[in-house]
Amino acid sequence: MKVLVAVKRVVDYNVKVRPKSDGSGPDLNNVKMSINPFCEIAVEEAVRLKEKGIATEVVAVSLGAKNCQEQIRTALALGADRGILVETDEDLQPLAVAKLLKAVVDKEEPQLVILGKQSIDGDNNQTGQMLAALAGMGQGTFASEVAIDGDSVSVTREIDGGLQTVKLSLPAVVTTDLRLNEPRYASLPNIMKAKKKPLDTLTPDELGVDVAPRVKTLKVEPPAERQAGIKVESVAELVDKLKNEAKVIS
Amino acid sequence: MSILVVAEHDNTEIKGATLSTVAAAKAIGGDIAVLVAGEGCGAAGEAAAKIDGVAKVLVADNAAYGHQLAENLGELVAELGKDYGHVLAPATTTGKNFMPRVAALLDVAQISEIIAVESADTFKRPIYAGNVIATVQSSDAIKVITVRATAFDAVASEGGSAAVEAVDVAKDAGKSEFVKEEIAESDRPDLTAASIVVSGGRGMQNGDNFEMLYKVADKLGAAVGASRAAVDAGFVPNDMQVGQTGKIVAPDLYIAVGISGAIQHLAGMKDSKVIVAINKDEDAPIFQVADYGLVADLFDAVPELDAAL
Repeated sequence: MKVLVAVKRVVDYNVKVRPKSDGSGPDLNNVKMSINPFCEIAVEEAVRLKEKGIATEVVAVSLGAKNCQEQIRTALALGADRGILVETDEDLQPLAVAKLLKAVVDKEEPQLVILGKQSIDGDNNQTGQMLAALAGMGQGTFASEVAIDGDSVSVTREIDGGLQTVKLSLPAVVTTDLRLNEPRYASLPNIMKAKKKPLDTLTPDELGVDVAPRVKTLKVEPPAERQAGIKVESVAELVDKLKNEAKVIS
Repeated sequence: MSILVVAEHDNTEIKGATLSTVAAAKAIGGDIAVLVAGEGCGAAGEAAAKIDGVAKVLVADNAAYGHQLAENLGELVAELGKDYGHVLAPATTTGKNFMPRVAALLDVAQISEIIAVESADTFKRPIYAGNVIATVQSSDAIKVITVRATAFDAVASEGGSAAVEAVDVAKDAGKSEFVKEEIAESDRPDLTAASIVVSGGRGMQNGDNFEMLYKVADKLGAAVGASRAAVDAGFVPNDMQVGQTGKIVAPDLYIAVGISGAIQHLAGMKDSKVIVAINKDEDAPIFQVADYGLVADLFDAVPELDAAL
């Protein structure tokens, strides 16, 4: 079966992003860009399905500006077979991404689509669910375990109270949580090989999708700063402060 | 314009996050209807009718909604939502699961995890792990919104007397079925609702050492949380994770034990009223947000704290 994996180019998770001083947007000048950590987990899961002989082909798709090719190449180096870039300079919001992915799904007809549960820039946590709804598929979000069984997939999901398992008929959408797997590192030979793997480019126009943003960012600002407090010398002093100064315990 | 709030409940009781979501709906302004969708959820519907400020309660009682499967709930809420200007749900794992489906079926954007209402179409929400707060305006006719419960003071669960209406709409998408649930049983308060939270990190070294934190927590009536490092290392289960992609908490008192304070962890707890950090590394970033920092070996400090309480 064919597996489609979506990968997003985001600011590296080690970067502490700050708003620009004029409040027009986050300051992303010269920051390191990487593949979104949840997307990396999605790629790893797809590649493992291929290694188990369940998946026959893994297709990595990214959407955005030309430089998203870097993240597709990362996915190819991790073991995906070929890449698709839907190229646009438009600010893509989750609904537009979901519509574009739906169009790619219609073309490629994968049995399973794996995405990260959220990207660490927008923190929206929407795209996989939106894609599933648009494509009329079931969804296993926040997955910590994925087991293919014939024409269905069992997904163990991380929910507020613990774990939930659902069974979905294929084709289906899975979004990854942190504990689904630990992604491998790409080896140098695989990085070299990835450069030769096929990478097709499409545009939103070719896919017939209107990607106009629906939500406008009016301004951005830093969160309320916390004042660093004081250091206490002992547990006794700590308990005293909590009781008599902060009055949060009695 | 009227507002539809989708309740989080267990068929019997309404969850606290729903009360905060109603508070967000009040801030938007308009008649508030609450949808209780479940199986055998009549009691939850009655409870919803008592929530302060609610004009109407819709009860969709059907086997298809028994386990809040996103495929079925998404279709139901999208159909009912057409008649409203706003559709709101708490940003819990349930709300996060079905609400984007609602937005997609209505062909509108979703605004995730709002922390403030500026006007009926403009909201504040955190991005980049809470390091940036964006003010966003929606141009869609129906605003589909999830609400960060810790950012809104819950309305009273008593005092209202809304009319209760049955909704006879069965939506079974036939794409998914519930298999099982493993829910952690605990006598401690719920992590997101507790007024005190004690959390452990990598410094705890193993799961057994969390016993120390449970003892302190029980003396304080606190919930116990963990950093991602502690969860990834297998010390404790995933539902204890506090952070950007785990639970967001804002208790009166947050005690971070053996947690260094990665930005992803801070994103989940820095709105706590009082933060205490216990860490042996005096340069740990957690001290930059802590009101009271104690540089000490947690294996000395925590038993001492236990004894002092």
